[in-house]
Amino acid sequence: MMAIAEAKGASALRNAFGGILGVFILLLIGIFAFSIRLFSVIKYESVIHEFDPYFNYRVTQYLTNNGIYDFWNWFDDRTWYPLGRAIGGTVYPGLTLTAGSMWWLLNSLNIPLSVETVCVFTAPIFSANAAWATYLLTKEVKGTGAGLTAAALLAMVPSYISRSVAGSYDNEAVAIFALILTFYFYVKTLNSGSLFYATLNALSYFYMVCSWGGYTFIINLIPMHVLLCIVTGRYSSRLYIAYAPLVVLGTLLASLVPVVGFNTVMTSEHFSSFLVFVIIHMVALVYYIKGILSPKMFKVAMTLAVTIGLTVCCAVIAIFIASVASSPTKGWSGRSLSLLDPTYASKYIPIIASVSEHQPPTWPLYFVDINVLAFLVPAGIIACFSPLSDASSFMILYLAISAYFSGVMVRLMLVLAPAACVMSGIALSEAFDVFTRSIKFQAGDINSESSIAQNDVSNVDSNATTDKSETVSKEPSRKNHEKEKEQEIVKKVTSKSQNGKKLLVLPQEVSAVVILLLIALGGFYVGHCVWTTATAYSAPAIVLKSYTPDGLRVFDDFREAYAWLQHNTDVDDKVASWWDYGYQITAMANRTVIVDNNTWNNTHIATVGAAVSSPEKAAWEIFNSLDVKYVLVVFGGLVGYPSDDIDKFIWMVRIAGGVFPHIREQDYLRDGRYHIDAHATPTMLNCLMYKLSYYRFVETEAEGFDKVRRTEIGNKKFELTHFEEAFTTEHWMVRIYKLKLPKNRIQGKLKNKSSSETYSSNQTRARNTRRNPWQ
Amino acid sequence: MAKSTSSDAQMLIRSLRTAYAATPTNLKIIDLYVVYAIVTAVIQVVYMGVVGSFPFNSFLSGVLSCVGTAVLAVCLRIQVNKENKEFKDLPPERAYADFILCNLVLHLVIMNFLG
Repeated sequence: MMAIAEAKGASALRNAFGGILGVFILLLIGIFAFSIRLFSVIKYESVIHEFDPYFNYRVTQYLTNNGIYDFWNWFDDRTWYPLGRAIGGTVYPGLTLTAGSMWWLLNSLNIPLSVETVCVFTAPIFSANAAWATYLLTKEVKGTGAGLTAAALLAMVPSYISRSVAGSYDNEAVAIFALILTFYFYVKTLNSGSLFYATLNALSYFYMVCSWGGYTFIINLIPMHVLLCIVTGRYSSRLYIAYAPLVVLGTLLASLVPVVGFNTVMTSEHFSSFLVFVIIHMVALVYYIKGILSPKMFKVAMTLAVTIGLTVCCAVIAIFIASVASSPTKGWSGRSLSLLDPTYASKYIPIIASVSEHQPPTWPLYFVDINVLAFLVPAGIIACFSPLSDASSFMILYLAISAYFSGVMVRLMLVLAPAACVMSGIALSEAFDVFTRSIKFQAGDINSESSIAQNDVSNVDSNATTDKSETVSKEPSRKNHEKEKEQEIVKKVTSKSQNGKKLLVLPQEVSAVVILLLIALGGFYVGHCVWTTATAYSAPAIVLKSYTPDGLRVFDDFREAYAWLQHNTDVDDKVASWWDYGYQITAMANRTVIVDNNTWNNTHIATVGAAVSSPEKAAWEIFNSLDVKYVLVVFGGLVGYPSDDIDKFIWMVRIAGGVFPHIREQDYLRDGRYHIDAHATPTMLNCLMYKLSYYRFVETEAEGFDKVRRTEIGNKKFELTHFEEAFTTEHWMVRIYKLKLPKNRIQGKLKNKSSSETYSSNQTRARNTRRNPWQ
Repeated sequence: MAKSTSSDAQMLIRSLRTAYAATPTNLKIIDLYVVYAIVTAVIQVVYMGVVGSFPFNSFLSGVLSCVGTAVLAVCLRIQVNKENKEFKDLPPERAYADFILCNLVLHLVIMNFLG
């Protein structure tokens, strides 16, 4: 009795100590996740990165200045001139509202942080939250140890860091946290069957819908999992409680967000949730009737139900197919269709195809982005199968689906990252479990009969692997091959055991060596993550650096150009540029733009594309019709900046050609390739983009040699007739041109008339010369 | 063939009726509530068919509130049912409290969306 009480007390103490240690580890993980994302602030400055974050920053500024009601009803007339954009109804408000409320909270506590600082540091804070959410999710799937490992892995996985560094103020910063949280609440409801967590699940889903368009992933993955559970015979009432309230409450909450609105019940992306809703009710009914009837009567009921049900089903499906087939895209949006059919975008929607984030990833990118996790994931899948529960089947499905989508679009590697981290956390934790248990067993000298028998069986297998382990070098790939063998051995041995769960025990030396190797694997992972973050993912894209023999050279041309625009033009002047720079111009230069990164109006973008692809006079006409005063062009030929407007010219021509048939891509190609040198076609040499990029380029030190295309340009000396150069930045990266005003028009010529001419000749002359309507 | 089917159907309905009569009263009350909610939803859909769906958000919120309370009542019934092995150590007060909370959130959203 005393011994048992003592043992209980000792285990309680150990549990308490473990709990405190766990909390401390989580705190450290959070701090680490925050700190690793600060490289961009240290190496450059606390500035908002890239393009999309500038729009979010501008919206947040508007929110903090004007309050929520003005933000909700905001119609922005400074973009997409002359169309404007109803921002309140077309933006995902989650990120803006989150940052806005953090700023408001801090300011009401008299901590005067500027809006920019709050925006820059939103992403690192929420990545710490995402790591903690991963801990909770994995704890539900496997246990606390796996949870801590998965949280540590997510804190540093490069693919998540790439979209959530300090300064990357984009939707994904908050959305990934919401995604993991929603999945955690779903799995928690599935495990516990409590309606309280179902409510929290719906609210977390609402937060996800507010934050990112990728919420359709959740509302399709969860129904798929429910269907999987039903089909594999794992239907239970907890599944019903986890799914049915989510559908109803989730649909309602999603409809509240103005961007989504009625799309929740009209577009095909949500239909799977309703279909599975109907299916789960039918299955629940069947199980209920099975419960209250005797087996014979149940058979009768089934035959009756099947005959009636089939006819009803066919009728409903016929109506459904008719209504869906009547819409040209079968009810799917362009982006979703391009995910399902990867070739769709390149055939029909050039704009979606032209975004670099929408290209498929290359194989090395997987190893850069999720590194060691790439081969820990299969081990995790096997570990999830060893006791297959609802939660682990969900994780397997999540991983499979996200792995497929990450192969379609680079941007979706981000959705794969949490799944990979959870799986790898499970695998590593299981591995550590086996080896530390072996050491503890041997050290504690607790030998039962079964475990001795087990030892004999496992010793035979492990002797073979002991030889392998002694010859193995410290290479992660080889080490993991051995570890996978261990996992297979675990599976084989546990399947051989007959009475209950026998635990595998390995020799102590093997365990110690393998634990050290696992820690080394973790070290490689951490080293890679920190290196990748520091070198590859911390650049703000608005300031560039290069190390020349003379030292560090900083290219701050973008901000120089926007500042010039802000100080030297009127507030109401319109600036035309390619859509990439629209957000930055409105946010930093505060001028009205024609097209921006939202790309919601393809025809408007095609108009701008047609203008830059046409000769000067035609381009001037188009720009004048849009009230444009300044044209902004990005040119990298002097310094070797590779992604300038001449590089994107392919897409400008294609997009314009999609709407205006007189722009033919063939006119710009010579032998199927774009040239800007002497081989270029005349159309290319006369188009506005060429002229605005290379005007006076011969006068620079490069003397007409384009460093990006590595050729001398074709047409070196030319004058601009309809545009004049307004400003060129220090490294010629941004060039701003002004539209010349039209010349004063004089209709016809005034000729000298002698008074001796006859009236008839005067009359004929009057009829022959063109009448001047202004006189 | 048809005769045996109809007689089978009659036997089926009789056995269903006797089996259902054996359920406790509190569950029957919940079932009645579910039926009431579904009937209200059907009435709303028929009304929409007659009158047209102009304030679509009102229609959606009305139908989904009915369906939502029906679903939540079914969840309550599952948790309170004594024959359900999975929930035998869940006190019915907790189940009822969860039901109230979820209904509160649902109706808050409905009120907001009703327009």
